[in-house]
Amino acid sequence: MERFASLLEVKTPAQLEAMAREARTLTRRNFGRTMRMFAPLYVSNECVNNCSYCGFSRDNTSIMRVTLTIDQVVKEARHLVDQGFRNILLVAGEHPKFVSNGYLEECIRAIRDFVPTIGIEVGPMEAPEYERMVQAGCEGLVVYQETYDREIYKDMHTAGPKKDFDWRIACPERGYEGGFRRIGIGALFGLSDWRLEALRLAAHLEHLNKHCWKAWFTVAFPRLRPAAGGFQPMTDFPDWALVQTICAFRLVFPEVGIVLSTREPAPLRDALAPLGITSMSAGSHTEPGGYTGAGSDDLHQTVKGRRVDLTERDDKAKAEGQFGIADERSPAEVAAMLSKQGLDAVWKDWDASILSAA
Amino acid sequence: MQNQPLTIAGRTFQSRLMLGTGKFASGDLMRDAIVASGTEIVTVALRRADLSGKGDPFANILDYIPKDILLLPNTSGAMNAEEAVRLARLAVAAGLPNWVKLEIHPDPRYLLPDPIETLKAAEVLVKEGFIVLPYINADPVLARRLQDVGTATVMPLGSPIGSHQGITTRKQIEIIITQATVPVVVDAGIGAPSHAAEAFEMGADAVLVNTAIAIASDPARMGIAFKMAVEAGRAAYEMGLAESSTEATATSPLTTFLYQS
Repeated sequence: MERFASLLEVKTPAQLEAMAREARTLTRRNFGRTMRMFAPLYVSNECVNNCSYCGFSRDNTSIMRVTLTIDQVVKEARHLVDQGFRNILLVAGEHPKFVSNGYLEECIRAIRDFVPTIGIEVGPMEAPEYERMVQAGCEGLVVYQETYDREIYKDMHTAGPKKDFDWRIACPERGYEGGFRRIGIGALFGLSDWRLEALRLAAHLEHLNKHCWKAWFTVAFPRLRPAAGGFQPMTDFPDWALVQTICAFRLVFPEVGIVLSTREPAPLRDALAPLGITSMSAGSHTEPGGYTGAGSDDLHQTVKGRRVDLTERDDKAKAEGQFGIADERSPAEVAAMLSKQGLDAVWKDWDASILSAA
Repeated sequence: MQNQPLTIAGRTFQSRLMLGTGKFASGDLMRDAIVASGTEIVTVALRRADLSGKGDPFANILDYIPKDILLLPNTSGAMNAEEAVRLARLAVAAGLPNWVKLEIHPDPRYLLPDPIETLKAAEVLVKEGFIVLPYINADPVLARRLQDVGTATVMPLGSPIGSHQGITTRKQIEIIITQATVPVVVDAGIGAPSHAAEAFEMGADAVLVNTAIAIASDPARMGIAFKMAVEAGRAAYEMGLAESSTEATATSPLTTFLYQS
């Protein structure tokens, strides 16, 4: 951790360039000239939590909400498969009533025959519940701590089960106990000092590497984007700091996966691709039904946990997205960009048949 | 004079260089490297291939491998014997050869092979008629246990996959070579043609190279460089290298007085 901390100190442009070169070399050696592709599939934007920075917060009662039916989830997944994706991350807000564990399990079972890699980014569960998801055919778990600063965490999460910092931070270990072998952790950058956030994230990763030795970890450094509710980032996390963070992780953890989403703009994504990134999403939508329009006939508002039907129908209305997308290029366009940079977009890198899905 | 051919499970190969197919910048570059290197055995991770038989254009890595090359499916991704066995069976069901590079590395950081699960899987697969080439740590006892089970080769690692450290397990591999009744293939860690030559000078029967060729700025040319190193190292081994010594040979002999009358 001492080396990691020193890599986060103030650097001259020449020093940062040297870090970037070393990061590129290490990335090539460990991951080759490849980029793993994935897509998020939002199945619901219902949520019982209040997170100041998130559009899905329960107190945002004016937003359009929907939970996709299983058939609609299949339709969205098929659309993504047609575009090339063989790795789909199912995402949902945390709402036991609308997004039950049984529902998530059904979603997994409904798409596992035609999607080789399935991950989930949903409300935290107990280990036996995670095991159910793995048994159903799920291989990856994503759960970000959001911020590792306890005080700021408390200020940001004002209602709902997510208020409990310790319950959330133990999630990756419960997921490992449940049988997940690919686990993504991360922090939302823009809530607290970026150096401290990166340092704590690295400490978490080091802990997990020791205690969950059979899991492959990925990290992500999502920067806050405008969301419903008008939340603005509280701290600055400029591009150079993002580059320094990526390089520091690569240099100290040569084998960790680093994920970059479409919340970053195209030119920056292009520049970061060879530096240490190993997984990218492309053409993403962060609203349920965003790919095919599925569920648009069921939009409603949710107030105090109860569905409130719309008095007037608006054909153009869409479910609220979690955050804005900055890189709107199609998956094929992103793959072409990668190819130009000498990177092969890898769509399939896992086979569900490895797991004995019950 | 040509080097002796390599024989594995009764099949003969002129090339002693095996290639891995991960990490290339494109399918075309991979195919060019395969052809240029003269390799006759290429290993592919089953998890990256389309096993459905539907010709998935987004998982078409197999399409880039020339038809006259022996395809060696590998079980990378499997964390235990059960998963590796399942993958090998699926490969055969999908029409791939019954040769399998048995790889079980539960630790995703160093990708070091699990000896216990590897032995268990080898026992099952050999019984089912598979031609098994197990990837192992450079452990002479494990190598013997595996050849007793009936594996077609043993594949000890030179150093961790992708590390380019060369043959850091040299002393152990030397013991394995001395004891082997099956071909010894040095796999992993070979980052430079000189490492490959070294393996052959030690008496290895073949090497498997992936990262060093795949991430080279010109993979086809690097494939040729490895081909030459493999041939040179093997030729030197077949001729018998002169013994090396740390001391110069004495110009004034020390024992000739014994024979002077």
